[in-house]
Amino acid sequence: MTERAPVLSVRGLSVRFLLPGGRRIAAVTDAHFDVAPGECLVLIGESGCGKSVLASALLGLLPANAQTAGHAHLGDLELLTADERVLARTVRGRRIGLIPQSPAAHLTPVRTIRSQLAETVARLTGVRGRTALRAAAEQAAERAEFPPGHLDRYPHELSGGLAQRAATALALIGDAPLLLADEPTTGLDRDLVDRTVDELRRHVDADRALLMITHDLAAAERVADRVAVMYAGRIVELAAASDFFGASGPRHPYSQGLLQALPDRSFTPIPGMPPELGDLPEGCAFAARCDRATDACTALPPFTGSIACHHPAPAPTPENIRA
Amino acid sequence: MLELRSVTAGYDRRAPAVRDVTLTVSSGESVGLLGPSGCGKSTLARVAALLHRPDSGEVVLDGTPVRHWRHRAPRELRTAVGVVFQQPRLSADPRLRLADLIAEPLRATGRRASAEDRVAELADTVGLTPDLLTRRPHEVSDGQLQRACVARALVLRPRWLICDEMTAMLDASTTAALVAVVEAYRTSTGAGLLAVAHDHTLLTRWCDRTVHWKTVTEPR
Ligand SMILES: Nc1ncnc2c1ncn2[C@@H]1O[C@H](COP(=O)(O)OP(=O)(O)OP(=O)(O)O)[C@@H](O)[C@H]1O
Ligand code: SF4
Ligand SMILES: [Mg+2]
Repeated sequence: MTERAPVLSVRGLSVRFLLPGGRRIAAVTDAHFDVAPGECLVLIGESGCGKSVLASALLGLLPANAQTAGHAHLGDLELLTADERVLARTVRGRRIGLIPQSPAAHLTPVRTIRSQLAETVARLTGVRGRTALRAAAEQAAERAEFPPGHLDRYPHELSGGLAQRAATALALIGDAPLLLADEPTTGLDRDLVDRTVDELRRHVDADRALLMITHDLAAAERVADRVAVMYAGRIVELAAASDFFGASGPRHPYSQGLLQALPDRSFTPIPGMPPELGDLPEGCAFAARCDRATDACTALPPFTGSIACHHPAPAPTPENIRA
Repeated sequence: MLELRSVTAGYDRRAPAVRDVTLTVSSGESVGLLGPSGCGKSTLARVAALLHRPDSGEVVLDGTPVRHWRHRAPRELRTAVGVVFQQPRLSADPRLRLADLIAEPLRATGRRASAEDRVAELADTVGLTPDLLTRRPHEVSDGQLQRACVARALVLRPRWLICDEMTAMLDASTTAALVAVVEAYRTSTGAGLLAVAHDHTLLTRWCDRTVHWKTVTEPR
């Protein structure tokens, strides 16, 4: 496979929140990954581990009390230092399509879905004229399986699943080279999850890049080329989806626990809780919950490009893994 | 018993989201209600939680027919039901610290005095650290906020729990953890549960009995 320039290249990205009293929350620490055109990278991890903060950092949507370090390149644009005007006018919607985690909170409450779609079509594409906009809005709805009969409703009149599809329809409109989807299938039944991720996959197969955050491991398996697992703000495993979900399985004890928590597996939570991001231990942040922890784990395990663990399960096919 | 008898409800009388649904949950029983996206499950859950007045039909809670809804429902009925929704952000007052969010029902029912201990106890049960209790909703993740919402639902020790897609936004481990919290609560109190979701694997693993939307709406 010839390597092409990635659409998104993240190097050493960290995000800190400053709280009153001088406390610091290490929401994201030293993240490294690329997403290439025609590739889907899925980011998974326990609630609160920093996935959404990472997405917000890429979009310039962090609150004022956040500080970032490192790099995130979208082509030749440095996202972390880009001007808010540049981000608002040329990045969000145009170069990065966003499907947000809380769609109902993201839609404009006082306008119907039809008018929000038409407005976005007018803003992001060359389509002009009432009839053409109407048709384009309906087409956008159809791409995300949003039922035409509900187009004249307001966001509060939609079920969670319908709101999710409306948000997806909006995000797909600009045909952005990078799509960033934060839990795009929340509230959907299995059938719709499959159809939604298949639509996202078509976007990828049209040579676009997709960074998808999800806790739905079945959806991840269906759409991902690679899987990144995040724990306590760090990426602890980066693997080919075929290995991760296949016979060899995940290598990091945390990833293994996450898969085992599924209701069709043991349905037992990983014991204990993630550490507070304002008070992380010196060594491996998973040590307190890990049944493989040894004295070595009091030192921070370095990320090798595929794993950050002192005692991982053996690598399946090391030559296939790339950072 | 929680009885929903021929309930029709929605937002537009000409096109009700829920049509003639009959469903009974016995005391201490856990029933999973399974149905496709947008079928009306959440509307029915709101009716069962006394938050949405049905257009017709009847809700009977432990033998008492419900006549008033939302804040007009009598306190002894309102406090008998705890509810958790899918999207914690839409059901949490953004101004409240998580500790106050959990204590809200205690304050609303004039039981402020017992709040502090009860909140500490519940925070521990749902896995919220003291540090998180001082933050406001926009300063925590959805999963952390949902843990607080589960604690809030349990704070008045309800006899009934209505969980509407409680875990739809959660990772596998947090899902397993919060289901375990609900089940531990039910085991110790004998509370009944109506859990609405579209995840068949989850509901069959979680509940005593799982019914499909089709079977509760079809004419008997
Ligand atoms: N504005 C803020 N101020 C302080 N801390 C914050 C703020 N926003 C988020 N956090 C903290 O940052 C951490 C990461 O949150 P984030 O929303 O990224 O989690 P997540 O991995 O997306 O979780 P979920 O799966 O629940 O959506 C959490 O500990 C959260 O409490
Ligand atoms: S580094 Fe040690 S404690 Fe951390 S995950 Fe690996 S084995 Fe467990
Ligand atoms: Mg998130």
